[in-house]
Amino acid sequence: MTRPAVRIDAVDKRFPGGVHALDSVSFEIGEGEFFGLLGPNGAGKSTLISIAAGLTRADRGRIEILGHDVVGDFRRARASLGVVPQELIIDPFFTVRELLGLQSGYFGLPRGNREWVDELLTTLDLVDKAGAITSTLSGGMKRRVLIAQALVHRPPVVVLDEPTAGVDVELRRLLWAFTKRLHAQGHTIVLTTHYLEEAEALCGRIAILRKGRLATLEDKRELLARHPFRFLDLELTAPLRQLPDGIVDLVDAHTDTSISLRLHKKRDSISGVLETLRHAGIDFTDLSVREPGLEDVFLELTRDGGDGRAAS
Amino acid sequence: MNRIGLYTLFRKETLRFLRVATQTLGTPIVTALLYLLVFAYVMEEHVQVYEGVRYTVFLIPGLIMMSVIQNAFANTSSSIIQSKMTGNVTFMLLAPLSAGEIFVGYVGAAVLRGLLVGLGVSLAGMLVVAVTPAHFLWMTAFVLMASALLGSLGLIAGVWADKYEQLAGFQNFIILPLSFLSGVFYSIHSLPAFWQQLSRFNPFFYMIDGFRFGLIGVSDVSPWLSLAIVGAFLVVTAGLCLHLLNTGYKLRN
Repeated sequence: MTRPAVRIDAVDKRFPGGVHALDSVSFEIGEGEFFGLLGPNGAGKSTLISIAAGLTRADRGRIEILGHDVVGDFRRARASLGVVPQELIIDPFFTVRELLGLQSGYFGLPRGNREWVDELLTTLDLVDKAGAITSTLSGGMKRRVLIAQALVHRPPVVVLDEPTAGVDVELRRLLWAFTKRLHAQGHTIVLTTHYLEEAEALCGRIAILRKGRLATLEDKRELLARHPFRFLDLELTAPLRQLPDGIVDLVDAHTDTSISLRLHKKRDSISGVLETLRHAGIDFTDLSVREPGLEDVFLELTRDGGDGRAAS
Repeated sequence: MNRIGLYTLFRKETLRFLRVATQTLGTPIVTALLYLLVFAYVMEEHVQVYEGVRYTVFLIPGLIMMSVIQNAFANTSSSIIQSKMTGNVTFMLLAPLSAGEIFVGYVGAAVLRGLLVGLGVSLAGMLVVAVTPAHFLWMTAFVLMASALLGSLGLIAGVWADKYEQLAGFQNFIILPLSFLSGVFYSIHSLPAFWQQLSRFNPFFYMIDGFRFGLIGVSDVSPWLSLAIVGAFLVVTAGLCLHLLNTGYKLRN
């Protein structure tokens, strides 16, 4: 791995009421990575991002952005980081262009930054809305404004906290293309998302948080390869009545006329399973074998009783 | 130091109140003018607080300062709580701005609003009676320090309050009584001994009394004493503001 763009060292955070949001979390994100930070609701993803951005203080531990401590050297750390927050935040007093100008000024950039602001407005298809007050914009447009605000100071590290939550397909595609472009230009991208196909399509390495702890951190391909199961999907000729012994435990999902079996790659042979079904009089019209996706790995790692194994 | 960032925050806070100038500048000026008209015409013939000073002339510095105080407080407190409620305080918190820069940006805009309202009330007051400043420097010192002090207090209230109701309580039960009971409409020498003593614990009294000295040249206590007390309160509130902003109290979780 190249030098860390983000270094998270034993970060611990408890909220009033005893919620242990982060339990000594440590990992590094290399410069230029497209990194996925996943986890179920309440896993601690947003808290971790908030601490990195200086929006929340850690109880213990430290985070560095490109070697700058987010507390001790907050100016350089914040100048190196652009955060797209999860919530759709607005300012009812200012237009989109004014907001971008203000955000640019907060980061100490002179008015000469207008060219870059114009470029952001164009790239994010916001030119027509540049003179609009943010409270009058649709949710998708507000999301674009937040992305433009996060990038207004050209940060080398960009954190997108569920950027595609609640946006339409068109905008999601635009955001995917845009983040890919940013990554290609050399930005380090940290993405949290609930859409696992998004992380699977975009990210190189993936960390999964579970109950405030790092459940795993691996290269996406290794993570997928480590999953020891595959899925056998069958379309049945007749409604399912009863499954034979030995098959019941393999059922991942089923309807009246279809069944999905979760087979261990080493222990469960496909031909053996099909033979058992045929003996039980269960015929099928179609069959497909599916390799696990990130969603399957994610469910495996985040369910209670999952191994929660950290790879580093 | 992030000079551009500081200036941007000051500019943003200034634009915020200028965008709604009818509410933030026009309303307090009209309110002060109404006070002046009612009190001046009703009391002018019946009350003389200082020898040789008309009641209307006595009243004007108090009304100016009361408007300055209330609007400087309102500027920071309403801005911070609105930003917290809408979440856009995040934009500022993500930026490389120090506690001192945030403090100066917010309080600077509050001082400017205080000055503009004070100027507006002064001009409106000239419709009733023309007053030439007796000690311009004293007057300027008190209006700047008082608006900075109330701007700081507004920042503290805005950071502390979680909802508008709490802020309204702060304004209605602390700021308003202290400003009304500070000698805007009367001299504390006209009060019974107990209330006179009690008034001396009210910092707002010193702001108004000192400003009155600057504008019309008379006061209940020495302007140096008022300057020292207002200055001390300003240092305390500014220190508390910086502490809250440094620790991130209710802003950075």
